[in-house]
Amino acid sequence: MLKNRIIPCLDVKNGRVVKGINFVDLKDAGDPVEQAKIYSDGGADEICFLDITASNENRDTIYEVVEKTSKKCFVPLTVGGGVRSVDDINKLLNCGADKVSINTAAVENSKVVVDSSKKFGSQCIVVAIDAKKNGDKWEVFTHGGRNNSGIDALEYAKKMEDSGAGELLVTSMDRDGTQVGYDIELMSKISSKVNIPLIASGGVGNLDHLVEGIKSGKASAVLAASIFHYGKYSVKEAKQYLESKGIPVRT
Amino acid sequence: MNVTIVDYKSGNISSVINSFKEVAENKVKIEVTSDVSKIKSTDKVVLPGQGSFKSCVDALQSIKGLVDCLNEFVMNKKKPLLGICVGLQMFADVGYEESETKGLGWISGKVTKIDNQNGKYKLPHIGWNQINIVKGSKIFKDIKDKSHMYFVHSYEFVPTDKNSISATTDYSSKHVCAVEKENIFGTQFHPEKSDKTGLKIINNFINL
Repeated sequence: MLKNRIIPCLDVKNGRVVKGINFVDLKDAGDPVEQAKIYSDGGADEICFLDITASNENRDTIYEVVEKTSKKCFVPLTVGGGVRSVDDINKLLNCGADKVSINTAAVENSKVVVDSSKKFGSQCIVVAIDAKKNGDKWEVFTHGGRNNSGIDALEYAKKMEDSGAGELLVTSMDRDGTQVGYDIELMSKISSKVNIPLIASGGVGNLDHLVEGIKSGKASAVLAASIFHYGKYSVKEAKQYLESKGIPVRT
Repeated sequence: MNVTIVDYKSGNISSVINSFKEVAENKVKIEVTSDVSKIKSTDKVVLPGQGSFKSCVDALQSIKGLVDCLNEFVMNKKKPLLGICVGLQMFADVGYEESETKGLGWISGKVTKIDNQNGKYKLPHIGWNQINIVKGSKIFKDIKDKSHMYFVHSYEFVPTDKNSISATTDYSSKHVCAVEKENIFGTQFHPEKSDKTGLKIINNFINL
């Protein structure tokens, strides 16, 4: 049967990991290639890089990172952050990314999703949705969570599926960084609305949160950053825990 | 020995190239080309494929002489070829993604959409799933039954000749995920993204 996936996410800035694994035996804690390799050797089902490089002149650093990582890691690699156009996607895929996640550009112009999924196939197009609760609905935010588009997240999710997205990476902005758990209501509502897989993100503080994300949030995959980076849990421990709770994982 | 990965602009083949180069370790030459004369003289061919069945067939046909060259390589010279994902699907007579499209017809059968059972199963089938090895295939040497492989697809190959099936996987139904017919090999999953087990399959193919 199909296994639920655990995806560690690494924030990369100017070609360096900013929040990373804090192990003493790391040769270079800022090296994204080394960190990705540790995760894939440890059983991560996929690796995700989020490029948070702010300045335009350093934007090319991510290509080099992806190129080097893809020569060392033989599990799927998703890259997101600052992806604006079909051309950006093409470049990342050519460097060895297996999937590209699109956020702001998809909100501003869904044609990017339509065109890129037609050109490269839906399998490599992930639409990242940053959502924040407002009353009884969720709104989509852009530009790394700075701007409120006012768009309803559920309707937007459906629109992205129809536009050709292969997966949705849903981040609750209310929960991101809080370590109190995923926004289960948001995840399950979106997952029930669409027929494509959902990756839950934002708010993981312990292993039970991963279990909730899959069982109650109906996520196909769970993404987490800090619980893995700071050595609180290893991917292997997370998988053992999920398995003990009856969730199918790759071991 | 030369192993040639056919680059016919069918999407992203970087991962396929990286994985073959990793396994080959400079002992075997890995060539990436759409040059028909080079493919003619090579020892083994890898046929990747991403996107839709139709877009891949169209892309193959847009390169003059390529389909004839592959037919000759596989059917007359009987040299080994490995199809990956849509590369495998194109072995079929016909595919129904986008519109009805004629395939290469090497293993008779059709490519149809996975039945999602009214939304019970999400599509694409993305992630790690176990393979049920149903016959000993040369590329499964030292691969354990129930090994995990990485999948990403919405369509499945339904061969009429059931003897060609070397492995299946369970998603919605038991669908075909690997075939072997004489010198023709194919995997619906991505060995290039299936970690050490996947690299072993690639190694098995290189060492055929």
